[in-house]
Amino acid sequence: MAKTTDDGAVTEASPVGKPSFEDALGELEGIVQKLERGQLDLESSIAAYERGTELRRWCDTRLGEARMRVEKLTFDKDGEPRDREPFEPS
Amino acid sequence: MASNVHEYTVSELSFALKRTVEDAYGLVRVRGEISGFKRAASGHVYLALKDDKSVLDGVCWRGTASRLAFRPEDGLEVICTGKLTTYPGRSKYQIVIEQMEPAGAGALMALFEERKRRLEAEGLFDPARKRKLPFLPRTIGIVTSPTGSVIRDMLHRLAERFPSHVLLWPVAVQGESAAGQIARAIRGFERVEPRPDLLIVARGGGSIEDLWSFNEEIVARAVADSTIPLISAVGHETDTTLIDHVSDRRAPTPTAAAEMAVPVRNELATGLHALGERQMHAFDRMLTHAARHVEGLARGLGEPRMLLDLATQRLDDLGERLRLRSPLLVLEERRERVDQRMKRIAEIVADRLRHSERSLAAIPEARLAALAERRIADDAKRLEALSKLLESLGHRRVLERGYALVHRTADDTLIASSEAAAGETAMEIEFHDGRLRVEPVREGREPRPRGAKPRPAEKPGEQGRLL
Repeated sequence: MAKTTDDGAVTEASPVGKPSFEDALGELEGIVQKLERGQLDLESSIAAYERGTELRRWCDTRLGEARMRVEKLTFDKDGEPRDREPFEPS
Repeated sequence: MASNVHEYTVSELSFALKRTVEDAYGLVRVRGEISGFKRAASGHVYLALKDDKSVLDGVCWRGTASRLAFRPEDGLEVICTGKLTTYPGRSKYQIVIEQMEPAGAGALMALFEERKRRLEAEGLFDPARKRKLPFLPRTIGIVTSPTGSVIRDMLHRLAERFPSHVLLWPVAVQGESAAGQIARAIRGFERVEPRPDLLIVARGGGSIEDLWSFNEEIVARAVADSTIPLISAVGHETDTTLIDHVSDRRAPTPTAAAEMAVPVRNELATGLHALGERQMHAFDRMLTHAARHVEGLARGLGEPRMLLDLATQRLDDLGERLRLRSPLLVLEERRERVDQRMKRIAEIVADRLRHSERSLAAIPEARLAALAERRIADDAKRLEALSKLLESLGHRRVLERGYALVHRTADDTLIASSEAAAGETAMEIEFHDGRLRVEPVREGREPRPRGAKPRPAEKPGEQGRLL
């Protein structure tokens, strides 16, 4: 079972240990700004670059795996959800 | 004739009447204002419906009463559906209410306002309760009708923006059972796997009666209790239902809810790509800068051989300076300096002497003599002046004014008193124009005749009387 955080993102699917796409994007933005300002020494820059690349790859993957999948819940006789089936709006 | 008329017992008649009434009014709808509302301990509800002329008793059995979608209260105009029945034990008739709904929009609005006030007082609409929607939900749970344009439009918009995983919990969105179904779906999604990150409760536009399920308290409470962020999208922009006040975000339409739910994937991809580019360029710049820095440093380092040469030179220099600091050399150096100064002093003295000689030689002989003569004349003049001054201050000027001095003849010292003169035999009086010798006159002796011509400095005795 996938574990979810408060904001609902699946942590398991984030290889860089980021809790959400938004956070990953935010961190990447911060890294790019730091690199652009040239505030980091060379060694930190390399580390930041690697981290940024990792974040970017993860975000790319997340965007790439976007698929529309619509399922309708089905219920048992007590009205409890039992299963689901593909759904096509009529 | 009275005998021709069938004779009933009370019970026979009462039950016959009951049958008649129940047959004739087995299903009626009646509108009236609630009055005397009372919920018994048993759970049954007793009330009366009235209009301006009549009153009709009513009862609502516990099972029905608990299913009422709103809370009846005195003064509310309602439409009740049920059957008429009689109560033979008390000669009464009443309506057994099977369904009750507020009568018309005005009544509903009044009810809505009352409910809204109550829930608001409970704090259910508190902005602090509202949760932030996830930026990019993985699974979206939708509570709506599986048929119609609402679900279709929402799915379409979601697919357009960010294709996602959607779980649909189909419900009736109007009618008596709708509120219960909707509330159950909202609560039920908490237990579904995968648990949605976001819920959307949606319905298309309609009349206030059509949307009424979304004003029901059970729905509002289910939304308030939900731990999953929830967007409500009921009706059109102008319709506000109770669920909109409790939800975390209110969307004006179902399509707008889909837009709130997910970002646009292409925009994210573009932004991400731009970030990637910026990162690469920034890093490249950084590397170029670093490389240039290294190059600069390398230039600064120079050839190793040159470094050695420099060091050697410095060593030589230091060695030389060290040698120069040896004590013997220092002593030698000092002596030399002293010698030099001596020499210099001698030179200066010699120079001065030469200079003075030259100045002297430059003055002509005659001029020297004249200078000397003038100097002598000047001195003589000064001497004369001084003598005059001395004389003017001397006793001679006093003698001219009639005073005289008395000298002892023996040693020419001055006699300044008669006492001093007592023992003297000869004295000389000094006038300004000469001296006169005198002798003092002793007692018993004839003085010398006057008129004798004084002999300066030889007859002091003759002048004695003058003293």
